[in-house]
Amino acid sequence: MYSQGLIGSGEQTTETPEFLAAFQARIDADEKIEPNDPMPAAYRNTLIRQIGQHAHSEIVGMLPEGNWITRAPTLRRKAALLAKVQDEGGHGLYLYSAAETLGVSRKQMTEELVSGKAKYSSIFNYPTQTWADIGAIGWLVDGAAIMNQVPLCRCSYGPYARAMIRVCKEESFHQRQGYEIMLKLAEGSPAQKEMAQDALNRWWWPSLMMFGPPDGESEHSDQSTRWKIKRFTNDELRQKFVDATVPQAQRLGLSLPDPALAWNEVEGRYDYGEIDWDEFWAVVKGHGPLNKARVAARKKAWEEGAWVREAALAHAKKRAARHTAAIAAE
Amino acid sequence: MSTALVAALIGLADDHLILGHRLSEWCGHAPMLEEDLAMPNIALDLIGQARGLYTYAGELEGAGRDEDTLAFGRLERAYRNLLICELPNGDFAQTMLRQFYFATFMHLFWQKVECSTDTTLAAIAAKAVKEAQYHRRHCAEWVIRLGDGTDESAVRMHEAVTLLAPYTGEFFIADPEAGGAVAAGVLPQIQTLQPAWQADVEQVFAAAKLALPQAVYAQKGGRRGLHTEAMGHLLAQLQFMQRSFPDMTW
Repeated sequence: MYSQGLIGSGEQTTETPEFLAAFQARIDADEKIEPNDPMPAAYRNTLIRQIGQHAHSEIVGMLPEGNWITRAPTLRRKAALLAKVQDEGGHGLYLYSAAETLGVSRKQMTEELVSGKAKYSSIFNYPTQTWADIGAIGWLVDGAAIMNQVPLCRCSYGPYARAMIRVCKEESFHQRQGYEIMLKLAEGSPAQKEMAQDALNRWWWPSLMMFGPPDGESEHSDQSTRWKIKRFTNDELRQKFVDATVPQAQRLGLSLPDPALAWNEVEGRYDYGEIDWDEFWAVVKGHGPLNKARVAARKKAWEEGAWVREAALAHAKKRAARHTAAIAAE
Repeated sequence: MSTALVAALIGLADDHLILGHRLSEWCGHAPMLEEDLAMPNIALDLIGQARGLYTYAGELEGAGRDEDTLAFGRLERAYRNLLICELPNGDFAQTMLRQFYFATFMHLFWQKVECSTDTTLAAIAAKAVKEAQYHRRHCAEWVIRLGDGTDESAVRMHEAVTLLAPYTGEFFIADPEAGGAVAAGVLPQIQTLQPAWQADVEQVFAAAKLALPQAVYAQKGGRRGLHTEAMGHLLAQLQFMQRSFPDMTW
């Protein structure tokens, strides 16, 4: 996803043309770039930003789903949701580690998140109001994430590409789990079916927005594509997602909230209606329903946990000192 | 004995469900990402253990109550968990100390149940004992880190010890429902677990440079459905879906 926030950063490279050409030659030969390899500063910075935003999205994404752990309708659903949210935290951990190979620390990245400076996927600024939202998020949001992340398994930066392989396997499981929640609701009582339809109505458009602005407005696509960080454009990925998801909605017997949605026989794809880009930009710029609450929750956890982290460090130092003293005494 | 065993198993399952619920409240709000993973992971084990126990209790009872009917379908007075499990989380020191106490107790408990004359329970115990051992280790490490960390963490740990002191005695009060099951060798006599529990706590407290709590009056009543005021609010969340949408499949 999660690259939608890469807007307006304006990185410039200052390396010599020879250096840049040699780097591009490695990319073109499909070589993986590893942490200690020479790389243009803009390549490094783009990745730090993208991987950092991706990591933040996983971590902030724990909040809307975590909102339903204590209220899950059955023990089976509760266990699955706990495991899923824990997976998302694990993805955050891999991704922060991948970003750290580029010379930035998790602490720095976290401070950027809690200060409100760093971006994360806009979708997580919407509230989870009903149990069906947990199904819709798994099905649509994780489904959209998979569209974006499968190509990232072939990203030119080795640590990111390798992290994505495991992440994609887990996301794929989450997507099926979300769909299965929706399926049970769609097959259930009228109240359950209504809950499922309402969740789909609310999550459909924000899910399409996850792919970022339309191609004409996406400033970083060209350079990221040449560097093989990005393999498909925002609109290409969005189209793939629509084409994959429409039949899934039909199977559920739910309708997508888009009167313009129609199969285009000539193009062999679904046409869909205009996305409300004003809403998208408002959410990206911090005015979504829960932007402030999400950042505040992360900030609270970070600040209230400071004493725990300090104690862990102090204890580790004491232990190391005692160990050194014991060796010296021998 | 069967009715008594069912009640005892439901009490044990309630401990795991309610404590798992509390622990899961930390998800996304922990002091560090590693604990955002560890605490839900422990909660997941506890919920898993609760499921096994509820399911078995329901089968023994033979009245058609499954794990969800038992977990979500009772009124507050019918929940029989230990009070320590339902206390609000407090800070990270309180959460970790409670989890350490509970895991230490359950590790000893499951070790005994592994030798139970009831083969289903022995099988549940064989898996749970490994999980409890891991939980015990993880939480003991935190008790030591926080007790012997900074001045602030030592103060907070000390406060946690004082706060929880009235609630540990209940671990070792024999469940009035469990007498027959104990006599038949199905469940252990929990009073016999106290010396080993106490020794383990003392060892960890010594490493944590923590003073043992003063002997205080033990709060009790959980096993008889006499709960703290926090319990009703916990159940309001836990049961929300089943109360709002009864008799549906999810």
